[in-house]
Amino acid sequence: MTNSAASKSVAERPPLIQDIARIREDFPILKQTVHGKPLVYLDNAATTQKPQVVIDTLVRYYTTENSNVHRGVHYLSEQATQDYESARTKIRRLLNASDDCEIIFTRGATEGINLVAHSYGRQHIGEGDEIIISAMEHHSNIVPWQILCQEKGARLRVIPINDDGELLMDDYAKLLGHRTKLVSIVHLSNSLGTINPIEQIVEMAHSYGVPVLVDGAQAVPHLPVDVRRLGCDFYVFSGHKLFGPTGIGAVYGRAELLDSMPPYQGGGDMIKSVTFEKTLYNSLPYKFEAGTPNIAGAIGLGAAIDYFTALELDKICAYEHELLKYGTKRLSTIGSLRLIGTAREKAGILSFVIEGIHAHDIGTILDSEGIAIRTGHHCTQPVMDRFGVPATARASLAFYNTKADIDALVKGLDRVLEIFS
Amino acid sequence: MSQLEELYQEIVLEHYSRPRNFKKLEGANRSAQGYNPFCGDKITVYLKIEDGVIADVGFQGSGCVISKATASLMTESVKGKRQEEAVEIFHSFHNMLTRPPGSDFDNERLGDLEILAGVSEFPIRVKCAVLCWHTLRAALEQKHQTVSTE
Repeated sequence: MTNSAASKSVAERPPLIQDIARIREDFPILKQTVHGKPLVYLDNAATTQKPQVVIDTLVRYYTTENSNVHRGVHYLSEQATQDYESARTKIRRLLNASDDCEIIFTRGATEGINLVAHSYGRQHIGEGDEIIISAMEHHSNIVPWQILCQEKGARLRVIPINDDGELLMDDYAKLLGHRTKLVSIVHLSNSLGTINPIEQIVEMAHSYGVPVLVDGAQAVPHLPVDVRRLGCDFYVFSGHKLFGPTGIGAVYGRAELLDSMPPYQGGGDMIKSVTFEKTLYNSLPYKFEAGTPNIAGAIGLGAAIDYFTALELDKICAYEHELLKYGTKRLSTIGSLRLIGTAREKAGILSFVIEGIHAHDIGTILDSEGIAIRTGHHCTQPVMDRFGVPATARASLAFYNTKADIDALVKGLDRVLEIFS
Repeated sequence: MSQLEELYQEIVLEHYSRPRNFKKLEGANRSAQGYNPFCGDKITVYLKIEDGVIADVGFQGSGCVISKATASLMTESVKGKRQEEAVEIFHSFHNMLTRPPGSDFDNERLGDLEILAGVSEFPIRVKCAVLCWHTLRAALEQKHQTVSTE
C-alpha cells in the first residue's frame, strides 16, 4: 500500500475528537503498562506518541518502496520521490503556504532555526546589528543566535515577560529599531504554555522592515497555523511533536527570501551542475536539502499530518482547552502547588512547582505510578531563572489525553505529598 | 519495601529536611562548587583540612531529596577521615550505586551511606547522589572550576 492509500484509510474512518476511546486505540503505546500501572502519558511537549498509521507507513516504506529520491529512473525511486514530495505538499497545506518550494525538510525545528541563522543570518547580520528574541525561548532559539552574534559582533536583545509568562509588548516596541535585523520568537512556549501574539509581533517588526522567524515546534500540534495570516517570514516545526517520526521537520520560508539566501549545506541534490571551477545551485526548495534526506521520516510525517488533520483542528483545540481548564482547576486545589505560566492565552502545558519538593522527586514518584511527565528546566533555563525556580514539573497534553489522565496525575501528586508529609 | 519506599525511606527524608553540616564553614581552607544541569541541583562543599585530615566539613545548596540527603550523609561520613580515605569511601559508594541489579556490594567503609543502596534501582538518579562526592573531590584537589555531572 502506498502512502496515498494509507491516507485513504484514515479518510474512510474519520475519528471524531469526542470519541477519545477510539482515538486512543490508534496509539498502540498507550495500551501499555509501566511499573505494573496503565501508562498515563503527559509528556507530549517533549514528544508525542505515534498512531498506528504512521508506524505502518514507515514499515511499508522500508518494506516495499525503499530507494533514493530525485535520482533513479526506476520504479521504486519514482514511488519514493512521489511520496516524499507529496509529504511536502501536505506540510504546505497544513501551514497554508503558497507554494511547495517554500517548504524545506530539516531534522526538526532546531535544525530549521540553525538553517536560517546560518544562511539568512550570516548574509544579513553584521557588527552592531541586533537580533530580538524573548525571555521564554527554548535553548534552540537562543544558542544559534548567540553563536551568530559572537561571530559577527552583533547583539542579542531579549523581550522580557511578566509574572504570568506573557511578553511585555511595550518593551518589545522599545527594543525594535534601525539596528534590529531579525526577530525570532516562539509561537507557543514549551515551558509556560503561553501563546504569543504573532500577528502583532510580525506587524511591528515589518514596520521596521525586519523579518520574523517563528518557532512553531509546540504550536503546530495544538493551534491552527496559517503562515500567510501570521505574516511571518520563516516558520519552523518538528515532526515528532506532531505525531510523526523523530528526525524530520520543516522550515517554511517566503520564496523571495529563500531565493536570495545562500545554501545551508553543500552536497548532493542541492546542485544543478558541478565543475571544479563553479557550482550552480539547485532551485528551491532543493537548494537547502543537501544529501539524502530522511525519506521515511518525511513520508511518515505526511501520514501523521493526514491523521491529525482528519481529526479536525478546531475540535482538537476545543477539547484540549477543556482539558487544560480541568487540569488547571484540579491542580489549583493543591495548596502547596504553584503553576508556572498562567497567561490568558495558553495551551496544553501545566508547568508547576510544589513547595519544598524538587521536581525530580515528583517525577520519580509519579513514574512509579505509571505517569510520565517532564521534570527539569525544559531547555529553557532563562525561564527557570526568571521565575526563581531550579526546575519545574510539567504535564503536557495531547488530544488523546483524558480527564482520567488528569485525575491520575492529581492522585499521583497526593502520593508525592504523602511521602513528603 | 517497594523500590520507591526504599528510595524515599524515612531516614533519607529526614536527612533531606534536616541536613547535617548544612552551613558555610567558617575557617574552611578548601571549597568547590558542583552543578547538575539535568536537575538544576547546585552545591558548594567546604572543607577544613588539617594535616591531611578532614577536620570539618560543611555544604550549602539546593536540590532533590537524593542530592541533599547524600550530601548530608557524606559530610557525616568523611568528617575526621584522612583525604585518601574519603576518596576510597566515594569509590565504595559509587560501586554500590552502579552495581548490577540484585548484586552484593562491599559495605565495609560505607556506614550510614548504605541506606542509599536503593538509588541503584533508579539509574537516572545516580547523578543526583554523586554530585556532592564529585564536588568533595574537586575541593580536595583544589579545583576551582565548577564540577558538573554531565
